[in-house]
Amino acid sequence: MTAVHAASPLLEVRDLSVHHGQLQALRNVSLQLPAGATHAMIGANGAGKSTLLRTIAGLHQPSTGSVLLDGEDVTRLRPERRVRAGIALVPEGRRLFPSLTLEENLLVGSSSARKGPWTTERIYELFGWMRDRRGQRAAQLSGGEQQAVAIGRALAANPRVLLLDELSLGLAPVVVRRIYGLLPELAAAGVTILLVEQDVSQALAVAAEVHCLLEGRITLAGPPAALTAEQIEAAYFGVAASGNDTSPGPVPASPSGPAPVDQLPGAST
Amino acid sequence: MTWVNAVIQGVMLGGLYALFACGLSLMFGVMKVINLAHGDLAVVAAYVALGVVAITHVPTVWSFVLVVPIFGVLGYVLQRTLLQSALNRSVLTTLLVTFGLSVVIENGLQQFLSANSKSLNIGSLVSDSFSIGSQITIAYLDLVILAVAVVILLGLQYFLSASKNGRMIRAVADDREAAQLSGIDHRHVFGIAAAIAFGTVALAGIAFGMYTQFDPTTGSSQLLLYAFEAVVIGGLGSLWGTLAGGILLGVAQQIGAQFHASDQILAGQLVFLAILVLRPRGITSRGELA
Repeated sequence: MTAVHAASPLLEVRDLSVHHGQLQALRNVSLQLPAGATHAMIGANGAGKSTLLRTIAGLHQPSTGSVLLDGEDVTRLRPERRVRAGIALVPEGRRLFPSLTLEENLLVGSSSARKGPWTTERIYELFGWMRDRRGQRAAQLSGGEQQAVAIGRALAANPRVLLLDELSLGLAPVVVRRIYGLLPELAAAGVTILLVEQDVSQALAVAAEVHCLLEGRITLAGPPAALTAEQIEAAYFGVAASGNDTSPGPVPASPSGPAPVDQLPGAST
Repeated sequence: MTWVNAVIQGVMLGGLYALFACGLSLMFGVMKVINLAHGDLAVVAAYVALGVVAITHVPTVWSFVLVVPIFGVLGYVLQRTLLQSALNRSVLTTLLVTFGLSVVIENGLQQFLSANSKSLNIGSLVSDSFSIGSQITIAYLDLVILAVAVVILLGLQYFLSASKNGRMIRAVADDREAAQLSGIDHRHVFGIAAAIAFGTVALAGIAFGMYTQFDPTTGSSQLLLYAFEAVVIGGLGSLWGTLAGGILLGVAQQIGAQFHASDQILAGQLVFLAILVLRPRGITSRGELA
């Protein structure tokens, strides 16, 4: 690589557009995720958050744009090859293998793992309750337990980037808090995280930087501390917050947001 | 006593049906492919066994040692090429493609190997038997086929539940996309499942060829139907159900034959229909693989 930037991103999305048939789900989305960071993608239902994660994981092919992992273009790799390259997605709705046991779910997750610290043993240490119940079928676990196993299954592949899609969906608030409480621990272990969340307060609490998606476009980006509630509301719903005369259009991305593509040499794919 | 005999003969016939059905069940359970060429592939295996015996002069009973691996490779290749490209379009396309395959196989066999009946000659082994009392006679061949069926199904069950490849097959059968997200190439896993299914159908075809006569149309006129009935009676995608379904079908046919020889097939169909009406998901309905 030429002219490595100060913080060369581990994951980079360049100018990504994705279509579902006639519908355009993502419009020229760009973002950069430095190694070790936790970023959050917020937005309303249908804003394109899940599509973005699924495209990064390789389940959708973009119409234009590219996905780079540590400078390598992975846009054309199949999802299972991306896992081996270091991208793991915890999909919306958990999607465990219901007829397999808890332990088998983790073993499947590690079946094409990269080298790394996340052995089954280490995952059992992270989630203390799992060891005693490893022989139980995944279908018999509660929603929160399934979510934990889904995270464990993704970790078992020793990902460089962990993509988390709607962790809080369908879970009780206390369970959500417990799951989110884990993320700093994962970040401390060196896992780079991009999470998608409808629950804005959870996302703001854990992320170093938030990106807001509205109708397939990034309308706002920046560290939570630098963003006001009004800005976020406007970016989230696409209207000016009541009683505050911010501009009705998209709020420009903050300086620490996506870098302009043309600044990067050799950006063409 | 004749009824006891009918049940015993039925159980052993059921072993053969279960052997036919387990490949069909596996392919449906894992990749949702209903292989309409399944019966024809069994017949092809019997012909290949004839050829292997003619060329290598191995004893007929040992022909499976060569034929089963050949079919395993054939299964993997066919799955990765023809069947996968059909699957990429839709599940319905696989029905059409396997139906086409069935037609091609049958006509090819008739064209090149004539429509005459053949059988795999195992000499006196075909009729060797022992008796229990005066009424019950058990043929060694029937008993061996039943034993092979049980061993194959047990082995398959063990493979699926205890091996890494078996675990990946179950994972892909549960949720193909989630398996991809765990780094599993489902196309390769499908290939493995097809290789196993083809291996078992080869074994079943050879057993059938020793048991009775076959011709190019046997596959679609008898074998496919019985295999289907065994799978549906037992419950789709369940291996134990397939064994139970095969045996129930065999027993029903043998009991029907006690009334009149022509009632044999009819009795099997009636049980099949009754199960469809009363327990449409099969007698072991749990709806999951293994």
